[in-house]
Amino acid sequence: MKPASFTYHSPTSVDEAVALLAELGPQEGRILAGGQSLVPTMAFRMALPSHLIDINGIAELAKLTANDGVITIGACVRHAAFESEALPGATGALLRKVVQNIAHYPIRTRGTFCGSVANADPASEWCCVMASLDGVVVLRSQRGTRRVPAAEFYQGVMATAREDDELVVAAELPMLTEDTRTGFVEFSRRKGDFAIAMALVTYRLVRGVIVEPRVAVGGAESHARRIVEAEDALSGQALDASIFATAAEAAAAAVEPMEDINNTAAYRRALVRTLTQRALEGAQ
Amino acid sequence: MTAKPKSWIGASVERLEDLPLVIGRGRFAGDVSFTHQLHMRMVRSPYAHGRLKTINATEARALPGVVAIWTAEDIADLSPIDFREGPNERLAPFRQPVLAAEYVRYVGEPVAAVFASDPYIAEDAAELVTIDVDELDAVIDASLPTSEFGAGLTTEPTICRQGYGDIVAAFKNATTIVELDLSVGRHSGVPLETRGAIGRYDAARDVLELHGAAKVPHKNRESLARMLGRSTAGVHIYEGHVGGGFGVRGEIYPEDILVLVAALRLGRPVKWLEDRREHMIAANHSRQQRHRIRAAVDTEGRLIGIDDSFFHDQGAYIRTHGTRVADTACGILPGPYRLPHFRVNGHFRLTNKTPAATYRAPGRYETNFVRERLMDAIALKLGISRVEVRRRNLISPDEMPYERPLVALGDEVVLDSGDYEGILNKALERFQWDKLESDIRKRRKAGEYVGLGLAMYVEKSGLGPTDGARINVHANGEVEVLTGGASVGQGFETVIAQVCAETLGTDYRRVRVVHGRTDRIEYGIGAHATRATVMTANATAVAAGKVRAKALDMAAQLLQADPSSLTIANGSVVRTDGAGASISLGDIAHHLRPVSPTRGDRDPGLSAEGWFTTAHMTYPYGVQVALVEIDPGTGAVHVEKMLIAFDVGRAINPALVRGQLVGGFAQGLGGALFEEFQFDERGQPMSVTFADYLIPTAHEMPKVDILITEDAPSTCNPLGIKGAGEGGVAAVGAVIASAVDDALGGKNLITQIPIKPQFVKAIIDGLKA
Amino acid sequence: MIKRREITLTINGTDHTIAVEPRRTLVDVIRDDCGQTGTHIGCEHGVCGACTVLIDNEPVRACLMFAVQAEGRSIRTVEGLQQGEQLHPLQEAFMRHHALQCGFCTPGFLMLAVGVLEKRPNLNDEELVDILSSNLCRCTGYENIIKAVRAAAADMKARA
Repeated sequence: MKPASFTYHSPTSVDEAVALLAELGPQEGRILAGGQSLVPTMAFRMALPSHLIDINGIAELAKLTANDGVITIGACVRHAAFESEALPGATGALLRKVVQNIAHYPIRTRGTFCGSVANADPASEWCCVMASLDGVVVLRSQRGTRRVPAAEFYQGVMATAREDDELVVAAELPMLTEDTRTGFVEFSRRKGDFAIAMALVTYRLVRGVIVEPRVAVGGAESHARRIVEAEDALSGQALDASIFATAAEAAAAAVEPMEDINNTAAYRRALVRTLTQRALEGAQ
Repeated sequence: MTAKPKSWIGASVERLEDLPLVIGRGRFAGDVSFTHQLHMRMVRSPYAHGRLKTINATEARALPGVVAIWTAEDIADLSPIDFREGPNERLAPFRQPVLAAEYVRYVGEPVAAVFASDPYIAEDAAELVTIDVDELDAVIDASLPTSEFGAGLTTEPTICRQGYGDIVAAFKNATTIVELDLSVGRHSGVPLETRGAIGRYDAARDVLELHGAAKVPHKNRESLARMLGRSTAGVHIYEGHVGGGFGVRGEIYPEDILVLVAALRLGRPVKWLEDRREHMIAANHSRQQRHRIRAAVDTEGRLIGIDDSFFHDQGAYIRTHGTRVADTACGILPGPYRLPHFRVNGHFRLTNKTPAATYRAPGRYETNFVRERLMDAIALKLGISRVEVRRRNLISPDEMPYERPLVALGDEVVLDSGDYEGILNKALERFQWDKLESDIRKRRKAGEYVGLGLAMYVEKSGLGPTDGARINVHANGEVEVLTGGASVGQGFETVIAQVCAETLGTDYRRVRVVHGRTDRIEYGIGAHATRATVMTANATAVAAGKVRAKALDMAAQLLQADPSSLTIANGSVVRTDGAGASISLGDIAHHLRPVSPTRGDRDPGLSAEGWFTTAHMTYPYGVQVALVEIDPGTGAVHVEKMLIAFDVGRAINPALVRGQLVGGFAQGLGGALFEEFQFDERGQPMSVTFADYLIPTAHEMPKVDILITEDAPSTCNPLGIKGAGEGGVAAVGAVIASAVDDALGGKNLITQIPIKPQFVKAIIDGLKA
Repeated sequence: MIKRREITLTINGTDHTIAVEPRRTLVDVIRDDCGQTGTHIGCEHGVCGACTVLIDNEPVRACLMFAVQAEGRSIRTVEGLQQGEQLHPLQEAFMRHHALQCGFCTPGFLMLAVGVLEKRPNLNDEELVDILSSNLCRCTGYENIIKAVRAAAADMKARA
């Protein structure tokens, strides 16, 4: 399973990278970041890029910063960076919870947050995070910079709003307030496998009442999204086990799950119910 | 380990094989390279079934670095791949051609072979070859009515039939009949090293070499020599390190023949390495059977008769094993139980899927599942405990040797020794079955879905008839044992060294074991059917005994002592009373060299050949017990507790036996919960990567308690050994199904493996509703 | 045909200067161009871990990197674990605990364990199993691999 031939480019600046992308993007040019998703598809010759633009040498893309209420994740920040205790606040805690579910350790040393965001696999955990926190994707091209909210960015299975000549240079996540509770649960056949479904929840309690709930489901539909019906079922309610069940039921009813050779829509729906409830129950 | 144990036999010594492997100096097929070698890449059919019209390789041939591209026309003189056991006229039309000629019959079937200077270029060229096929409907379900295979041939080449007694009467007079429809999913060994073969023609010696072979080097040499019209003196097999066999590696596949023919015709060594996707669609599949089985029992749950009709999904062709797996299933189905009447019809069916053959415990993984589900169903129907129903049917030790009028692996079934009830009791006690039954009742009241499973089984081992070994002691005292064995990673060298060392009287670390080399020894049985420890070890013991006698005889002369006052310890002949001089085996060997003045009329060399012949296979046996918990929210099954109790007659190296059982369990767990080769309705394989074919990882493995017993040594060989290679995997499908079924209320709802969470979840939601 | 690039790979401290097409994977180049065949290929799509090496002391799947990406980095493979005749504690532990049968997955597990233990010497049992779940073994059932790594971890801490 050897890849087909390609011309290799290793730019050292973002400007250089987008210049190359402008020329080569339309000629089956692809960006190489972590390579943990791209290279297997090249090995199977399902992806046949004639050009690879390796952005791993661009220092500014390796930055992970937290400023002014925003966590900015550069294109080359690896999954493993989110295992660190150094990430601040409730967002940091959430990312640490989520990252343990991503593949396995050696994949996490190379794979990148933004690579996962750009790849838009329905089972991507980071896409679910972006969808649930209303993250923003920062795109750069020779035409300038675009900032696209997650809800607009994700359009279908492996389909995004990114144009051929655009490079995802960063993803931005809001820093959640200290008192935000977060929960994340996914289900796969073996630990580390692609998730069949996942649920991510966040909420705050004000005088024992749920405010600002977010309920996002991933892995079950063509792309992760917030489920308004579930959020409405939580909003303004007192914290209570039965409320979690109601919200979970609402999420299950609201999704239009994918079917594949191994998983029926009905099963994914049942999983959404289970996982949403467990994410809510386990939210801390 | 520092201190020498009392006996090498029975000691869990460290393996001799390990050092080169842990320092990265192994020699697997991929590590073998010759100067100026070509790389072969197969072009494989993307269609499951069709008439092959044209193959266009023009563009591919033009690629720089491509030396040749062959299709069936280029090897028209080669016969299809023969059966290992010899010609079979009735089954011959269903053999696989080396390259597809008229038809393609499964996705992955070799259609053309590309030879290039580099594996990347070879793959580029293979991608450029186009195949024109008139597609035909693909047969995916072996239990549907048969269709046409070719002129006058249907997709049911044969029915494997066995039986005895009067099955019709048995069912007519039965008070209770239990009937089940049970299926085992298609899965296989899937070793971590994919297949590989390197062909090289040494013109200087006129020897055609095949490197990378495994399992049955001598048998394969015979077959290949015959196929290529060469004498066996001019064909040699070289087995290096092998990354797991499990039954699927080492059979003759089209690629093995092609590298040899290409080496001859193209005048350069030819190296072929399979990639993972190819392995999933081209290496032997296994296990897929559907059984419609009925049991007639009396009011106490004792078996009167079993009538089984099954569909064996052979895939597209009959490969080297012929109908062996289905035949074995027929012969071994009754397991440890008394069974007065029996009838089995194994419908051997061809489908448009990757051909199937043996995979660790072939015919037994399937029938253990089927038979043990049947026992559970009988228990349920009669309201008897699952333990009790088994007890009532077990063959007892004083009925041994127990002859069944059945044939398995070409051998009449004679259960040589075994205390089935004894091991059942040991297992239940060790597992704390009674206490767990009571715990489970409490947990279920609290809403948990937990269950206990039980499976009893008889394995087979020591397939003969004969094996030999040659031992030679070198001047420095190192003992070389030449065997016709093979290693697939199981520790063959270590076990043989232990037996040799103990019999001869030296340290096992001074023993060098040679295997997988047809140029070093003329005959060999390789390693399969869990026979190496039984056959080759016993042959080694015979040879070592002769070397020992010769050493003592020579030493008696040299030490001027009575042979009866001498023994061998630590590689030297010494007096039993400890007094006086000693002489090392190396020195004795020196005195036995051809020009030695002290040799006398003895044949030169401190060496001997030994043979061991056995009339029958021997039958290890065991019990597996499991405690599982189901997550009702997802349907996922979690094994909380697991026990394998297995009697091996005598364990040469208990640590290695344990390793075989635990490793086998992992594979069995895969087949019970995770692994399946799935196909869509057009015959397109859907499980071609490690992301869709799910092998258990450390995370999925429970702690497995292993109880190795030596209560029933084999009566078929002097060392009393019964092998353990297949004892771990054989009953896992059965025991997990039993436990999950129990967790779901014990209503016989589990009739199919692998058991998928989706299926379990649907049952739970249905039960709740 | 894409032009070959001349690159230098530093493997276990030794430089190898070779000319390779960009599409050559790191594992193929380590094995075939640099002659270090201890690193094995099990799947070529990044799941089995047999090809695990250390790149700047981090475990990486060498089938998912191109050789041209590894220039200037420190590459460590199984061949570099021993110091002269002295085996690495992990190698010794694998032999002592019967943690290998066919040995094909072994180099990948060794490098994974070395990489993790060097950075996190105090892994608890759960974390250990979690890490070792990264790689596939088809022979051993993992039990002895876990034992061996646990024993080696203790040994490495004692020697540190």
